[in-house]
Amino acid sequence: MAEPAAPVLELRGITKRFPGIVANDRVDLDLLPGEVHALLGENGAGKSTLMNVLYGLYHPDEGEIFVRGERIRLGSPKEAIEAGIGMVHQHFMLIPVMSVAENVVLASEPTHGRVFLDYAEAAARVEELSHRFGLAVDPRAKVESISVGQQQRVEILKALYRGADILILDEPTAVLTPQEAEELFAVVRSLTEQGKSVIFISHKLHEVLHIADRISVLRRGKLVETRPREGATEEALARAMVGREVLLRVDKKPAQPGEPLLQVEDLVVHDERGLEAVRGVSFEVRAGEIVGIAGVDGNGQSELIDAITGLRRASSGRVLVEGRDITHATAKHALDAGVGHIPQDRQRRGLVLQFSLAENIGLHDFDKPPVSRFGWLRPRVLVDRAGTLLKQFDVRGGGPLTRAGALSGGNQQKVVLAREIERNPKVLIAGQPTRGLDVGAIEFVHRRLVEERDEGRAILLVSLELDEILSLSDRIHVIYEGRLVAEFPPGTDEHELGLAMTGGRTEEEVVA
Amino acid sequence: MTENEQPQREGGDYAPSVAERLAFYQRAGGIVTPVLTALIAFLIGGLVVLASGSNPFSTYRAIFNGTGLNWLFPWVTGADRSLAALNLQQTLLLTTPLILCGLAVAFAFRCGMFNIGGEGQYIIGSIMSVWVASAFVGMNGPLHIVLAILVAMLSGAVWAGIAGFLKATVGAHEVISTIMLNWIAYWLGSWAFGLGGPLQSHALGASVPVSHDIQANTHLHVFWGDPLLQGLHIGFFVALSALVVYWVTLNRTPLGFSVRAVGFNPEAARYGGVGVARNYFYAMAISGAFAGVAGAMDVLGWEFHINVNDIQISQVGFIAIAVALLGRNTAVGVFFASILFAALFNGTSTRHLDPSIFRPDLAGNLTVIIQGFVVLFVGADVLVLWLWNQRKKLRLARGGAPAEAAS
Repeated sequence: MAEPAAPVLELRGITKRFPGIVANDRVDLDLLPGEVHALLGENGAGKSTLMNVLYGLYHPDEGEIFVRGERIRLGSPKEAIEAGIGMVHQHFMLIPVMSVAENVVLASEPTHGRVFLDYAEAAARVEELSHRFGLAVDPRAKVESISVGQQQRVEILKALYRGADILILDEPTAVLTPQEAEELFAVVRSLTEQGKSVIFISHKLHEVLHIADRISVLRRGKLVETRPREGATEEALARAMVGREVLLRVDKKPAQPGEPLLQVEDLVVHDERGLEAVRGVSFEVRAGEIVGIAGVDGNGQSELIDAITGLRRASSGRVLVEGRDITHATAKHALDAGVGHIPQDRQRRGLVLQFSLAENIGLHDFDKPPVSRFGWLRPRVLVDRAGTLLKQFDVRGGGPLTRAGALSGGNQQKVVLAREIERNPKVLIAGQPTRGLDVGAIEFVHRRLVEERDEGRAILLVSLELDEILSLSDRIHVIYEGRLVAEFPPGTDEHELGLAMTGGRTEEEVVA
Repeated sequence: MTENEQPQREGGDYAPSVAERLAFYQRAGGIVTPVLTALIAFLIGGLVVLASGSNPFSTYRAIFNGTGLNWLFPWVTGADRSLAALNLQQTLLLTTPLILCGLAVAFAFRCGMFNIGGEGQYIIGSIMSVWVASAFVGMNGPLHIVLAILVAMLSGAVWAGIAGFLKATVGAHEVISTIMLNWIAYWLGSWAFGLGGPLQSHALGASVPVSHDIQANTHLHVFWGDPLLQGLHIGFFVALSALVVYWVTLNRTPLGFSVRAVGFNPEAARYGGVGVARNYFYAMAISGAFAGVAGAMDVLGWEFHINVNDIQISQVGFIAIAVALLGRNTAVGVFFASILFAALFNGTSTRHLDPSIFRPDLAGNLTVIIQGFVVLFVGADVLVLWLWNQRKKLRLARGGAPAEAAS
């Protein structure tokens, strides 16, 4: 859709400085009617700053904004809304206990005599909008009772209800399952068909190639390029984003599996509510192979990881590491038995954000020699070791004494990786190891996992990202409602996997 | 700009300068907020003085002189100086238990727990030390003192350990259990030394609810001032060494490491292999040990016996909460906050404050008002930091030096 129409939106020379950093450096961007314009960039490249400028949250230090050819000043989100700009944030701003319709009309409600909310009218208008743009959602449902994908539609409806022609979607697929993402793309297409324009912010390359008409890449505050989708490749976009050649496909040799190091036999685990989350799972991971567990979030992955790593009691079944039974071991004993664990949530569990990097690296062995001797902690040992490891794992943004919370997500994950690998574990459990990371950091983590596999470790990869599972795993299990429902070889078709993930195929494969 | 001039930053989302700035901010927040908090509290206290019809400046000056801190000024000489020395001894006498109880609250805080039970642990320490020091007639003096302190320490640890144990095993909230333990300690002491109680002394007659006097050789040595006028005893140094013990335990032992890990993020600590429940118990027990010693210091240092009334009006364990909050749970902070509160109490005591300057019946309340505001503002340190940042923004807006220069 690149016909030479007049742009609905133009940004010219936008510059925004923060103390010590130029977040946007003379950025030019235009948006055509009916176009999906993707904005690509790593975390911290300046995407969010630019959109906050466009939404009136920040005032640019330099530069001009034109909407439909007219130069405007955006002093607040209210003025942005009046100019027809709507934003869907990554984190939804909805009131859970109110209904969909109430959330949509909030702050500009239709009323009876200016006092009472005209609920029927509100619901009717929301219904009309959702019908027109294919945003299926029940206006009378409470927001807390609908899925994340539907909540996102409510956010889009909110923007449309306020008359937005220009929609900014900030990392909209970060919270969605692959299926929900597909549905979102359909919505986006229906929006553009009816003349709306969409700015689509992402750092997922395949999505951008899938949905965008044109693609702009930001790197360290500067606009690197704007190009049509035609002819763009993932490799070229990644290079533009990161500024160097990036290996997107993991380069790895075929696995040479050895002895089974991790064996899980008929494991049953209950969740907090006392329900069976893992229902008789059996599998093994051998030395020198990566076994992937694919599945939609909430199908027992967390409970499975926790039971293997001693953070949760298994109700029955067995977990063996190198033939040793660690089913009822504590977290400490599981660690000592040779289990390394990259947790799914590095901020909540993987790191003590208030601790220094040196202390975080010592989290497992602070009470053992050489870090502690005769009941005495030796900070020098912690700091020296951290210094070496941070260099080895290319952690940037701080030294051993920097607080973990001050690092970017990618560097935080490198610290976790460094700690777990330094311990030289036999078995490495990696829970969503690249969640929230950008291309460069993902490449690092993937390469490192393959290296550790080649070192002869047994690696269990649990991930919601199908791409990641497919590119790293030597064997793939699919978990669905607490059971392993299918096993696939590497190089399986994504759609076949996706089908099994939603329970479409129940091949009683390993349930003993 | 960053790209060409500083290629070493390449690839990092957070340039080192950001991390450094953040570190500075943390440090600045660590020093600036408590000082600012105290200043604002004094400012509002001054307004209260003004509202009561007195001159805040002369009142604060009189309070300052009442604390004895003017002893530090070399130009204070003669009779003023000996009076100042007397006052300062009293202030430091009060500082001693405040430091110890402040550490008790702070240590639990560092493990993510709110120990409201400093008072109860202090009372138990007092009861046990007065009992030990008044019994065992003929025991070697220094040994007897050490025994009394150890028993007080251990009993304080047990008292707080009960709350830690309940939290570790059945998840009982430490705020509730320590408050209840406070009352148990309160009534235990009231019963033990009360009329007909097992530890009541009949030396002054059966109608006086008081403990036996401790043995003369268990009195702590007074190193500054007259022992007969409540001079400063060596317990002050015990409190100072407790500050060192506190810092070393937290920062130089594996136990302290795990306590801090649990305090910051129990989930990460558990993942790291740390026994979270066990640490709750240990941290509470260590807390109680500090408060127990506080009780022993007061008994062996200047009280020498306990009246039921002493137990019932004691506030040390509660002021200690404000001390720990204002001191941000650091050893240095607790030290200065203890001096501040001890000075306030001593400076506003009706003994010292000239009635012509400030109404004596209001004097004591001024302390409570300032203390109240400190607690309020410590809870709202976000607000104080915000005010601090507004100052920076103002400077920016005036086109003066940018924020970097201010930092």
